[in-house]
Amino acid sequence: MHNPARFLLAPLALSLGLCGLSPASAQEPATPPAAPVIAPSETHIGLIYRPEPAPSSYDAEAVPEDEGVAGARMAVKDNNNTGRFTKQTYVLDEVALAGDKDGVGAARDLAGRGIRYLVVALPAAELLAIADALKGQGVTIFNIAAPDDRLRGADCRRGVFHVLPSRAMQTDALAQFFTLMRWRKMFLIVGPAETDRLYAEAFKNSARKFGLKINAEKPWTFGPLAKARGDTPTRSEAMVFTRGLDYDIAVVADEAGDWGDYVPFRTVDPRPVAGTQGLIATTWHPMLETWGAAQAQNRFRRQSGRLMRPLDYQAWAAVRSVGEAATQKKTADPAILAPYFADPAFSLPAYKGVSLSYRPWDHQLRQPIIVVQPKAMVSVAPEQGFTHQRTPLDTLGIDLPETTCKFPD
Amino acid sequence: MSRGFRADASGTILGLALLAGTSLAHPAQAYTVYVTNEKGNSVSVIDTETMAVTGTWKVGRRPRGVTTSKDGKELFVCASDDDRIDVLDTSTGKVVRSLRSGPDPEQFILGPQGNLLYVANEDDSQVTVIDIEKNKVMAEVPVGVEPEGMGLSPDGKILVNTSETTNMAHFIDTTTFAVIDNVLVDARPRFAEFTADGKFLWVSAEVGGTISVIDVASRRVIKKITFKIPGVNDEAIQPVGIRITKDGGKAFVALGPANRIAVIDARSHAVEKYLPVGQRVWQLAFTPDQKLLFSTNGSSNDISVVDVAAEKVVKSIPVGLLPWGVTVSPN
Repeated sequence: MHNPARFLLAPLALSLGLCGLSPASAQEPATPPAAPVIAPSETHIGLIYRPEPAPSSYDAEAVPEDEGVAGARMAVKDNNNTGRFTKQTYVLDEVALAGDKDGVGAARDLAGRGIRYLVVALPAAELLAIADALKGQGVTIFNIAAPDDRLRGADCRRGVFHVLPSRAMQTDALAQFFTLMRWRKMFLIVGPAETDRLYAEAFKNSARKFGLKINAEKPWTFGPLAKARGDTPTRSEAMVFTRGLDYDIAVVADEAGDWGDYVPFRTVDPRPVAGTQGLIATTWHPMLETWGAAQAQNRFRRQSGRLMRPLDYQAWAAVRSVGEAATQKKTADPAILAPYFADPAFSLPAYKGVSLSYRPWDHQLRQPIIVVQPKAMVSVAPEQGFTHQRTPLDTLGIDLPETTCKFPD
Repeated sequence: MSRGFRADASGTILGLALLAGTSLAHPAQAYTVYVTNEKGNSVSVIDTETMAVTGTWKVGRRPRGVTTSKDGKELFVCASDDDRIDVLDTSTGKVVRSLRSGPDPEQFILGPQGNLLYVANEDDSQVTVIDIEKNKVMAEVPVGVEPEGMGLSPDGKILVNTSETTNMAHFIDTTTFAVIDNVLVDARPRFAEFTADGKFLWVSAEVGGTISVIDVASRRVIKKITFKIPGVNDEAIQPVGIRITKDGGKAFVALGPANRIAVIDARSHAVEKYLPVGQRVWQLAFTPDQKLLFSTNGSSNDISVVDVAAEKVVKSIPVGLLPWGVTVSPN
């Protein structure tokens, strides 16, 4: 199982080769700085998000008001730094939606001002409404917050690119790790929200894919206990709930973070907890420092006065996708860049040790996924031994033969 | 999972097997090797005659780039997390002073006159030029995001810095400190090395997995060297450190988590062989006579010693935690 000789990487090697060659063949001695011949181009990138309302009382891990936005700001700085040498300038146009004001109006305004790149941090339904409202206007949308598989499947759109991993990729990452650890029997606990049901569904698919067993599945019916005080009487029913089950690991499906953190250390049998809490699969974490991530962590903290969160990283990667494509194609012309994002030659170095690229069949960013517990990196998926004829990265999520995405034209 | 563990193990076995024979073949001059231990906050000192660690010196936090003064009496160490460069007296192993390096110094290169130090400030997108005698900042040159690799043309006139996130080699005129050109290379360029004749510049791309050979006069990429190792995942091949022999014949490239050093014909650019070394090999340094080459193996906490003429790994030496940089005394 751990024989690396079985990796068959021809298509990826080809794509890396191409990406290597295209800038080289187009290489020209730069213009002397004194006499710029190329007119400076200004590329605007819109960002639509809905800030979390401030917490009502003490919250040790309250969502910061600038979550996501701060990552986009850092990426615009990075783009502009590189842009000094390529004569490209980038501007971030932030739109913070108040309350339940919908994003379509904001997106139309931005598109009306000529903005052709939109980073959207909104749930799936709103993202889809924006994509459909801007159809035919040549706007490229980067989804940085909706993990829904349907956006990469039946509801995919040609102009939408998904920076964050789908639920299928997240649960595949955990399932690969469980397989590696030979933890085969799962106890799945599913929260009341629709997103929890979707997460559980993705996990079941991953279990099937990697030969794991869901030995028990129960809904969580005890309310949002995550912030329950440690000195309150033990919720006996919540403990009894885990009694008499045969499992190696409990998997919690609680995307809102309401109760998943209540489960570790409260199961009757001493079992580890993973899923949306406990051991999680994510894009970014304060404990990540390899592959140059320490530099990004420091740069971010210095800029924003707090630690970088997954949504910040996803916003950074979206804005950097535009900058990177513009550098590689030596233009910021949206007509050239829009098709280039899905080109195998496009590559985004993003502190993950390998270049990232968008899958042509559903526009999902292929990426290693970190498997991490609150205070330590535990593993990185794809795990060693999971092979794929294209790239091991494609062992995570929906592969070309399984995709249900047909881009509507 | 320990990537390429077998490669490392075989490297060690090979090293031990060849140790006796080859060390006898090198009764040459004894040099001192200095290795920075990024997580050990120390410098390991190794004698090339005995191949033993003779000392471990305390330095500032997160030591990475390392070099000696022209006379070998001083050792310069980038203490990245302390935003300074520590200067050690090599006769005592004590930090005698610190230089104002600008924030987060990562790599540097000493000018031919030995008084100017060119420093890449990784967190600050600039190159700082320091007069080491006056401890004075002579210039700050804005470059791309996360500057790292530093190369200097043999005549000292052109300084090259690589920026890891901008993915360029920035050519800097060392008389005006102006950026005169930027050459796009592959993803995450880590190291820049001129050939001894000054005609070509080699730049490694860690994530791109390539070496760009740049013609210095036209500043065009004339060749991309790629690597293929049977049994090693292509994505684990991450070129970092480069050293080219003075005669321009051979180049050695450290391949990161591939746990190999590639040996390349520096004229034809053909990759000739891969030497198995320790895990996550990053930086390389020759002895001044170029008979030996040392590599820092970050994950296995050791350095590998390569017999340059024989193109064989002859020994591995345990050092501190996460060895990063390596340099060898001039005498």
